[in-house]
Amino acid sequence: MSELHTVNKSPFEKNSFDSCMGHVLDGSAVLLYEDGVYAAIKGTAMEGKVTSAQGVKFYVLGPDIKARGIDAARLTDGIEIVDYAGFVDLATEHDKVVAWV
Amino acid sequence: MKLSIQINEGPYQHQASDSAYMFTKAALEKGHEIFRVFFYHDGVGNGTRLTTPPQDDRNIVNRWADLADEYKLDMVVCVAAAQRRGIVDEGEAERNKKDATNIQPQFRISGLGQLIEAAVQSERLVVFGD
Repeated sequence: MSELHTVNKSPFEKNSFDSCMGHVLDGSAVLLYEDGVYAAIKGTAMEGKVTSAQGVKFYVLGPDIKARGIDAARLTDGIEIVDYAGFVDLATEHDKVVAWV
Repeated sequence: MKLSIQINEGPYQHQASDSAYMFTKAALEKGHEIFRVFFYHDGVGNGTRLTTPPQDDRNIVNRWADLADEYKLDMVVCVAAAQRRGIVDEGEAERNKKDATNIQPQFRISGLGQLIEAAVQSERLVVFGD
């Protein structure tokens, strides 16, 4: 059973990213969108949490990093950029969607 | 695939209504079926026809209404959340003795059972909001 976890709040504002990371299982995916994209920036306290998550694939919503002036080069290594169509694919390819709102 | 959408945040609040709209549109364009869009909590504010955003801003309510017309979407506003926040259709106006209605015609007011049914009938329920 693989799950898509979505995080839409900044980890510097709310603890929903940490809650998500406490529950995510090997083989699942995390999509960072809206202000959640701030968890994807390299060199922040979140970088280690992303890189140390075993077997978890991370995605970030392209239009939301663009809206915040975040260049793809500033993202933590291994995070893949998707568009809204990619978001839909992630939701359908995983068995369920868990929103950490 | 059959999907349903839940929106818990009002229009122009943060970004949830925009994200939900973009996701729903992308899913429909990919050929997926949207069983229902359920507006809950402050999300019921997406269903008033009386908004007038500036002309150079997106009209979130009309955008949902246009998408509903194009794809025959079932857009449901939670009745208890709507009563608290003053979203009213003719039935609610009569029942609660209000002097006006404000629901956008493409939306309908109904109960939480509609959300449960959407979750049961759909293969995925995707939630947007605060």
